[in-house]
Amino acid sequence: MSDSEKFPIDVFPEAEDMDLRPGADSCYKCSTCDTSCPVAEVDDDFPGPKFQGPEQWRLKRKEDVSVDESVMKCSNCMRCDGACPAEVPLSQMHNTARGEYVREEMSMLSREYWRNRILANYGTLARVGSKVPRLTNAIMGNSVVQRVNEKFLGITAEREFPDFATETFVEWFEARGGAKVQSDEKRVAYFHGDYANYNTPEVAKALVRVFEHYGYEVAVPDQRCSGTPMFANGMLDDARRAAKFNVEIFHDLVSEGYDIVCSCTSCSMALRQEYPELFSFDGTAEVAAHTYEALEYLRIYEDVEGDLKGANPDVPDLAYHAPCHARNQGLDGQAVNLFADLDGVSVTDVGDSCSGISGTYGWKEENYDTSMKIGEEMFEHMDDAPGETGLTECPTCAMQMGHGSGYEIRHPLEVVESALVE
Amino acid sequence: MIESDVLVIGGGLAGATAALSAAREGADVRLVSHKESTLRNASGLIDVLGYHDGDLLADPFSTLDNLPEGHPYERVGAEAVEDGLALFDEVLGDLYAGSHTEKNALVPTTGGAVKPTARYPKTVAPGLASDTNEMLLVGFETLTDFDAPLAAEHLENAGVPFEVRGVTARFPMLRADAKITRYAKVLDTNEKGIRSQLVEAIKPHLGDAERVGFPAVLGHDHPEKVREALGRELGAEVFEVPSGPPSLPGMRLENTLFAALREAGVTIETGNPVVDFEDSNGRIDHVKVKRTHQHVPYFANEFVLATGGLVGKGITSSREGVREPVFDLHIPHPENRYDWFEDDAFGDHPFARFGVAVDTDLRPRDSAGAVEFENLRAAGGVLGGADFAAEKSGSGISLATGQFAGKRAAQQS
Repeated sequence: MSDSEKFPIDVFPEAEDMDLRPGADSCYKCSTCDTSCPVAEVDDDFPGPKFQGPEQWRLKRKEDVSVDESVMKCSNCMRCDGACPAEVPLSQMHNTARGEYVREEMSMLSREYWRNRILANYGTLARVGSKVPRLTNAIMGNSVVQRVNEKFLGITAEREFPDFATETFVEWFEARGGAKVQSDEKRVAYFHGDYANYNTPEVAKALVRVFEHYGYEVAVPDQRCSGTPMFANGMLDDARRAAKFNVEIFHDLVSEGYDIVCSCTSCSMALRQEYPELFSFDGTAEVAAHTYEALEYLRIYEDVEGDLKGANPDVPDLAYHAPCHARNQGLDGQAVNLFADLDGVSVTDVGDSCSGISGTYGWKEENYDTSMKIGEEMFEHMDDAPGETGLTECPTCAMQMGHGSGYEIRHPLEVVESALVE
Repeated sequence: MIESDVLVIGGGLAGATAALSAAREGADVRLVSHKESTLRNASGLIDVLGYHDGDLLADPFSTLDNLPEGHPYERVGAEAVEDGLALFDEVLGDLYAGSHTEKNALVPTTGGAVKPTARYPKTVAPGLASDTNEMLLVGFETLTDFDAPLAAEHLENAGVPFEVRGVTARFPMLRADAKITRYAKVLDTNEKGIRSQLVEAIKPHLGDAERVGFPAVLGHDHPEKVREALGRELGAEVFEVPSGPPSLPGMRLENTLFAALREAGVTIETGNPVVDFEDSNGRIDHVKVKRTHQHVPYFANEFVLATGGLVGKGITSSREGVREPVFDLHIPHPENRYDWFEDDAFGDHPFARFGVAVDTDLRPRDSAGAVEFENLRAAGGVLGGADFAAEKSGSGISLATGQFAGKRAAQQS
């Protein structure tokens, strides 16, 4: 039997490995997604998620229509997914459209391409920079360097580069001799990503200490960037390489009884949703099915809620911002609710607006103003909240919060560590 | 382990009301909504009962007692409707009007029809059809949902007691593709003096009009400020004509209600659907929430199902039958699917009344009439027995049954 006999219906042969037609057909154009889009609210040149997803997909079925460049203005916050009442896979459509735009429309010789590629591959930069953290911090903090970056690369000079830690998390973990708790039943593999490793090892250390407090054996395997900044920049080939590496490593651990925990909500979003939507390596589905955000995991399997009640952590009053990617996983209320009964600490939710930075988005010179306009509401609410310390799970939201308010930003795991671990 | 006293499934008007009333009874409440609240698709108008047997009702309360057995209002009684409205009035406070009377108000719609409703946003108030002041309706070329000249013509044909004209204007500054949230944002922040620019564009058409109606995009966070500023410069009262989904009056309602929920200590989770459950001895033990790929158990003593009707997917149908997808509750419906509808498009369709059948405690009943689960109540659009589109009763049913179910659940927990 020939292939054409086995598959008589071949409606869109050009759909290649990903047929998004059922998703596009589910869209009844109610436009609800457009009202949840933080970019469309401040930029009327952006046609919105409905256009970038199902409409663009349909348009492209005709000849001579290519992906519109406006897709690069989508910040990949994925809020449209949470708004859609018809389960249209909007962010998946945006990711594929962006990938196609970069592949077919963008010149590999352009400044924009290389700027985006550098931003998307932050981990590579970080690996080199963190070898000599003090020197790198001095160079990147230099205003001349920042202006040069803006002029030649289109990376905004308005932002301060995050400092590299003098000791990475992985170095710390190895120096302490790896896991301190051994267990055959309670095992988690930590997907720390690049940022917690190179820039905020205190968050990663908090995760290890909190999970060890609950009796978990914590594995810290070799890993690469989750791929979120690559998806957002349409660098799907880079993302594929990183994802393949991560899936192989973490799938082995899942087979050995480990669940995967993340401290960054964009990382957990990538592993549990974007990987299976975009790739199909062996083990992708298993990795997705075993991935959790760290605090979410403890809420499901431990009585962290009870343990935190009446605890008295040494932290100031906190203004909490829920990252868009936490919202999408249903984790947006988690920290505020868990910390509601802490002793001596008030935790205030600063509302449901997007922070506006969306990973690499707000680092681009041309997006800086839009990014700050989106974040304005959050800054105002932070200002109204008690205390002068922010709280969020997402490292780039933290950058934006710090940038717009001057506050120091903490991670919920640091609060839990302070409350539960001596 | 994730647990609470009361778990509410669904984030629309019924779910929010149920969660709020349960929390006010002192229960520890969690609300789980598959997606962001569908309130952003609501017109913002709160109907209780606009029509009965096809007749327009001036006073919905005079008719509540005449509804057939099985209608949600009959199940909970008129007192629950009053309690639901009282809760709504208290939460929405200054943002809404209509609470001073039990009579229906008549609100012009984008199509130029006049709709009977019990509560309406303050931004809509100067547009009421019972007023006799001369009216100008303004539509924008770029917001095609509202054809103002056509709406004016329809209103005139409906015999409204005032002069009405409609004009299509150009909204300054924004390009054709801008989203309604963008309109609201520029008006909220008065970007580049947009309010005055808009007034200048309207003034030549004003004539003797004493009130001017716009599409409902007059601000998201500060609609009163926007309306007041435009009205002052125009020298006329400014109002909004409520529009179809998605809708800013719906989003404002959502913001206020959800702020009240947080204030009351309700835990809110959106983004993941409830897909399954475990029961024992006639009680729900826990439900399972699908988080991407995992089914996470959520424990509670009492559960409220407020997942909506056929449109909200609280009820689904196929050629084989009509189902309630979470608990597989019984939905009374004719065996033969050709009996689900009438041939006349605007006929009295049986499918419009499909939904779960409940006892007077709002507990779903099986095909033999027995209570399915001791600790499960249903509220809002998932309930059968009412054709809320024809009756104009959707939000009233959500408020009345949501309030009732939430309160009962809290008392039992």
